[in-house]
Amino acid sequence: MIKFRKILLLGSGALKIGQAGEFDYSGSQAIKAFKEEGIKTVLINPNIATIQTSEDLADKVYFLPVTPEFVEKVIVKEKPDAIALSFGGQTALNCGMELNKKGVFKKHQVTVLGTSVKTIDISEDRQKFAAHLKKINVMTPESKATDSLAEGLKIAKEIGYPVMIRAGFALGGQKSGVAQNEKEFKEISSAALSFAPQILVEKYLHHYKEIEYEVVRDNQDNCVTVCNMENFDPLGIHTGESIVIAPSQTLNNHQYHMLRELSIKIVRSLNIVGECNVQFALDPKSNNYYVIEMNARLSRSSALASKATGYPLAYIAAKLILGYPLTKIINQVTRVTQSAFEPALDYCVVKIPRWDIEKFKGAQVKIGSSMKSVGEVMGIGRSFEEAVQKAVRMLDIGADGVTDNGFSDLTPTPKRLFAIASVLKKGLSVDKVYKQTGIDPWFLNRIKNIVDAERELAKKKRLNKESLLEMKKIGFSDKRIAVILGKKEIDIRKLRQKYNILPSVFAIDTLAGEFPAKTNYLYMTYWGNHNDVTPLNSKGVIVLGSGPYRIGSSVEFDWCSVMAAKGLTKYGKKAIMVNCNPETVSTDYDMCDRLYFEELSFERVADIYEFEKSQGVIVSVGGQTPNNIARKVHKYGIKILGTGASDIDRAEDRNKFSGLLDSLNIKQPAWNSFTDIKSLTEFADKVGYPVLIRPSYVLSGAAMNICYTQEELMMFIKKASDIGREHPVTVSKFIEEAREVEYDGVAQEGVVKAYAISNHIENAGVHSGDATIVYPAERVRYYSGARMVEIASLLAKSLNITGPFNIQFMVKNNEVYVIEMNLRASRTLPFISKVTGVNFARLAVDAFFGQAREYKIKYPDYVAVKAPQFSFARLEGADPILRVEMASTGEVACFGDTAEEAYLKSVISTGLSFKKKAALVSVGGDEYKMRFAESVWRLKNLGFKLYATRRTHFFLKSKGVQTILINKVYENRKPNVVDIIKDKNVSLVFHLNKMEDVNEEFNKGIMDGYLIRRAAVDNNISLFTDINAARLFVMALDKYKVEDLKIKSWDEYL
Amino acid sequence: MKAKLILKDGSIFEGKSFGYEGSVTGELVFSTGMTGYPEALTDPSYKGQILVSTYPIVGSYGVPERKKWESGRVHISGLVVNQYIDTPSHFESKKTLAQWLKKEKVPGVEVLDTRYLTHLLRDRGAQLAKIIFGKDIPFSDPNLRNLAAEVSIKEPNFEGKGKKTIILIDCGAKENIRRSLLKRNVRLITVPWDYDIFSIKEKIDGVVISNGPGDPKMADRTIVTAKKVLENKLPLLGICLGNQILALAAGGDTYKLKFGHRGQNQPCIEQNSKRCYITTQNHGFAIGKIPKDFKPWFVNANDETNEGIIHEKMPFMSVQFHPEATPGPNDTEWVFDHFLKKI
Repeated sequence: MIKFRKILLLGSGALKIGQAGEFDYSGSQAIKAFKEEGIKTVLINPNIATIQTSEDLADKVYFLPVTPEFVEKVIVKEKPDAIALSFGGQTALNCGMELNKKGVFKKHQVTVLGTSVKTIDISEDRQKFAAHLKKINVMTPESKATDSLAEGLKIAKEIGYPVMIRAGFALGGQKSGVAQNEKEFKEISSAALSFAPQILVEKYLHHYKEIEYEVVRDNQDNCVTVCNMENFDPLGIHTGESIVIAPSQTLNNHQYHMLRELSIKIVRSLNIVGECNVQFALDPKSNNYYVIEMNARLSRSSALASKATGYPLAYIAAKLILGYPLTKIINQVTRVTQSAFEPALDYCVVKIPRWDIEKFKGAQVKIGSSMKSVGEVMGIGRSFEEAVQKAVRMLDIGADGVTDNGFSDLTPTPKRLFAIASVLKKGLSVDKVYKQTGIDPWFLNRIKNIVDAERELAKKKRLNKESLLEMKKIGFSDKRIAVILGKKEIDIRKLRQKYNILPSVFAIDTLAGEFPAKTNYLYMTYWGNHNDVTPLNSKGVIVLGSGPYRIGSSVEFDWCSVMAAKGLTKYGKKAIMVNCNPETVSTDYDMCDRLYFEELSFERVADIYEFEKSQGVIVSVGGQTPNNIARKVHKYGIKILGTGASDIDRAEDRNKFSGLLDSLNIKQPAWNSFTDIKSLTEFADKVGYPVLIRPSYVLSGAAMNICYTQEELMMFIKKASDIGREHPVTVSKFIEEAREVEYDGVAQEGVVKAYAISNHIENAGVHSGDATIVYPAERVRYYSGARMVEIASLLAKSLNITGPFNIQFMVKNNEVYVIEMNLRASRTLPFISKVTGVNFARLAVDAFFGQAREYKIKYPDYVAVKAPQFSFARLEGADPILRVEMASTGEVACFGDTAEEAYLKSVISTGLSFKKKAALVSVGGDEYKMRFAESVWRLKNLGFKLYATRRTHFFLKSKGVQTILINKVYENRKPNVVDIIKDKNVSLVFHLNKMEDVNEEFNKGIMDGYLIRRAAVDNNISLFTDINAARLFVMALDKYKVEDLKIKSWDEYL
Repeated sequence: MKAKLILKDGSIFEGKSFGYEGSVTGELVFSTGMTGYPEALTDPSYKGQILVSTYPIVGSYGVPERKKWESGRVHISGLVVNQYIDTPSHFESKKTLAQWLKKEKVPGVEVLDTRYLTHLLRDRGAQLAKIIFGKDIPFSDPNLRNLAAEVSIKEPNFEGKGKKTIILIDCGAKENIRRSLLKRNVRLITVPWDYDIFSIKEKIDGVVISNGPGDPKMADRTIVTAKKVLENKLPLLGICLGNQILALAAGGDTYKLKFGHRGQNQPCIEQNSKRCYITTQNHGFAIGKIPKDFKPWFVNANDETNEGIIHEKMPFMSVQFHPEATPGPNDTEWVFDHFLKKI
């Protein structure tokens, strides 16, 4: 075995659709595995919210773009002797492939660990892969690759419609799809070809089952399959979009092992070392199969398989690529057996994706062969029914189980599971549902079992011990049972306790109980009458994790949860983590003392608390999900660590909070809450438009909106909400062109112990999660800053805060307003912690135990900028514009000597590219035109070729800046703006408009702006829609060439 | 219908019946396989045993036609599961598991905590048990019976065409051993456990001693045959029970494992290459003392028990696991090739 000295690990960058938290999990495990060997690890990952970029993992962290240019520079500087490409998703793999092609590894004598680049190339190039499979007599669907649309059409005709179109070298099946005819073929293929160098056209296998195997192999040719998984949805729905169950349910021994053997055969034939995933299509009516895809790296599926089995795939893969044989790696779960085995499950898991499609204006809700989901959950149970109903609740979308959620559309959408339950309830037969959906009758019958049980209970309206247990065994929540019986949730809980119907605590031990395992990986089930563990009692503290990743809550809260759990050790406490998201690090086997892979519902948290008899619960580090149950948990008598529940309520109840601000003489934008339209409009007239409105009940679409006129206000209320006593609508004065500032702090018994202030680049009106954030707050003047510190101290004291808190301020004309306050860890906490060097999450735990020391954070001699990552390209039809509703799926943050340097690194990290020095400029309104003219002049001086729409062109001309006039779409003259973008004549699009005008356009149904924005996104061209961000970007370009950006590690800045 | 699962130590588990309703007794064992119940249930090695499935959901793909089974009937005495599925879905399914069990007169019960049962068997060892419907019956230990004799065929059977003639001594052979050998183009003569193979008027090229139920020491007459095979220097392959019989015939010894190995994920290391194979296993006894002139061929990677022996010079070899799989992984099918090459 070769001993390596220093390994460079590539991370996956910002979370985006198709590539999310799973790579924080795999990277973190890899770093741990390398560290154990005494090997130094250098990590490149601009995703500052990840756990892998925390202080106690890699030896060196570079918050830099994972692109060939930057990675090569780090190689030159750090001189690693090996590089690991398989832990950072498609981003790391693609980057590595390019570096290899350029000969960088050879030049700097860097060994590529694990699977060879040649093999990766075969597995990624669909045609080569198909040819290879043919050579080893493995079936693959008839297919051909092409880089042209015309040839593609010919191939499709040959194969016969329907055909499947897949984009080569693309993550998460981006721009793949099924075409039923020539017209659809043209649409899908041209979209795919704008992203990928080639497309693959293949036979579409109607209603085939989709089955996956996770395989590991060492360099001695030992090879095992760790897990198999069956998709609930038939072929055609991306595995990331499908409900997935492990192990497979409908395969018999022959099929299970036939596909297992094939997986191993393929992996061996390609000499893969490490982890690999193989996907199959299997005919439901015969043993015919086809290999669909293979990923020679850790993937979303491998993270799921790892959590589903307890087999630490990424850790093992890391050991394997160092040269260890499987037989020499101890099974981390049992600690008595070793890793060359195949886990036996004595439970089943159900993964359900979490979508947020409705959050995007205009996006299509149909799901298919490319990913749209933003996260996932995994329910564990001893029956499919138990696992699937748990998973539904874990989604945190308000559904309490599969039944009665009011959907009936059986086409593939995020709501199909609910629709199935609903049509079965109405009496449609399993057979008919199967014919329409292709979902195996096995699954449909299980859902029918749930539906039937509910119907039975609704009819009987009575529960005895036996029937209550039966309901719990098939996954009904207390709340759902209560609704059926017209009772309260707590009544059912009490009845359960009376009958002694309590969930059992079972361990996931990888061997189905065959060996005594020292595992802390637990779940709860009603199919038991013993517990695998004994309570930790008051030594235990429960930490509530974040639940599924979604827009607005993602890896940043996983970081907070993990840090909080780690912080408990110092106080002799055992951390009991509760979370249900298989993509997270917090659900890793070695992150806490006990892990309950469970629902973050009141019912389950109370079950765990009562079983463990814990000291208390931490609700303030996992974001909104745990926060939402805080009140109920407190009311039930469970101790919450940190700020008291009544004080949390004083901050969360808008009326109480507003009263508090008034009593402390703290300014806030005028606001009120209304139950009728008349008083609402009167208020709006009084404070003056624009106003920000927030309905408490949302029918569809966005929950928040800014209205600039009464007309808009009426339209929004009518369309998006339902006003009434039950559903009040909150309206506040929206202050235009104001600056937004974030204050993050930790207090102990009302005294602030540490704080940091950062400011947004975009003006107020852009959701803080979508904003570009700069630390230190350069745009905040001394007076305003001091006022914010004063306000924060006043509020901390008045609310007697103990723990983390966040205040959002707005500054206009040197007046400081409070717009929001949360008594919990905020989205910016990992960013703030990493840029200040003070771990705010750990400090919060210190505060819980009365031990927080005070930090005086010095004004730094560097700047860090956090930039949002959007995934609009994934969401067909969605309007890629920044609004009050959050739309970004992830974030990055980089350091620099100046804000411009840090910002440039950040935007490059989010995928921005300006290799072609050409830009399209379209600016609305004279004020904006004036403000942006200087930037355009700078671009011109930088040698950019500039295209501009009519008014912008003439305005700039009058200022002496020459641009090429380009037609808007409505002008009906070619070439128009969209053509310019489609033909990739530009690499940047500046489409800058006042929010007011965008709103008006939207309301009037004017499509021009939308078409420009969408074209940019669809053609993978960088788009700026915010004038402040655009100006900062041009300023940065003016100041720095990419070559000038400093290659400095995190510790070199701090 | 309700049933009771009662263990020798007095523990009682309430069960819900889904199979045949008649009391049975046997040795309670658990298997960790996640798929392959039709194969497992028809494996004669399970004779006399009440089987607990650690995988909680059983019955999902129904029961296929007879030719996919491992023998002509269900051999287990009873089946204990967590959740029984009565709505199977599979193109090969001919009937539900419940219908099958009823027809075969084998009880099947759903018991609430099969994981607890597994832990109990793991910690205290395999237990005598009974499934009771109404009237009680006494416990009876199947290992005191000559189970191999009970499941073995009664008359020799001749089949296959090939240059080599292989004798398969059936102590309860799974049909896939037959299929695996026939696939390799041999003339196959399957004989009863106590048959005098040297009375056969054909040239014998090799002998396979099959898997089977119970204590190997009960199969005394097969041990005698095995001794003769060794003396005659005929190539010999033992599988599972056949492995133990070879050890006993060659002067080694066997012992009863605490709770045995039953499942499809047992890692075995081939001692020469150090390669690891995932194997199917179903045994309660194992080789303790390795006979003279033999060396360990395979060792269990989990608990380091012996998983097969091979002679230093002669073509005598045996494996504790099932190279014929069904159910389970096909990683070790090469053992048949290895054996046939030595002929």
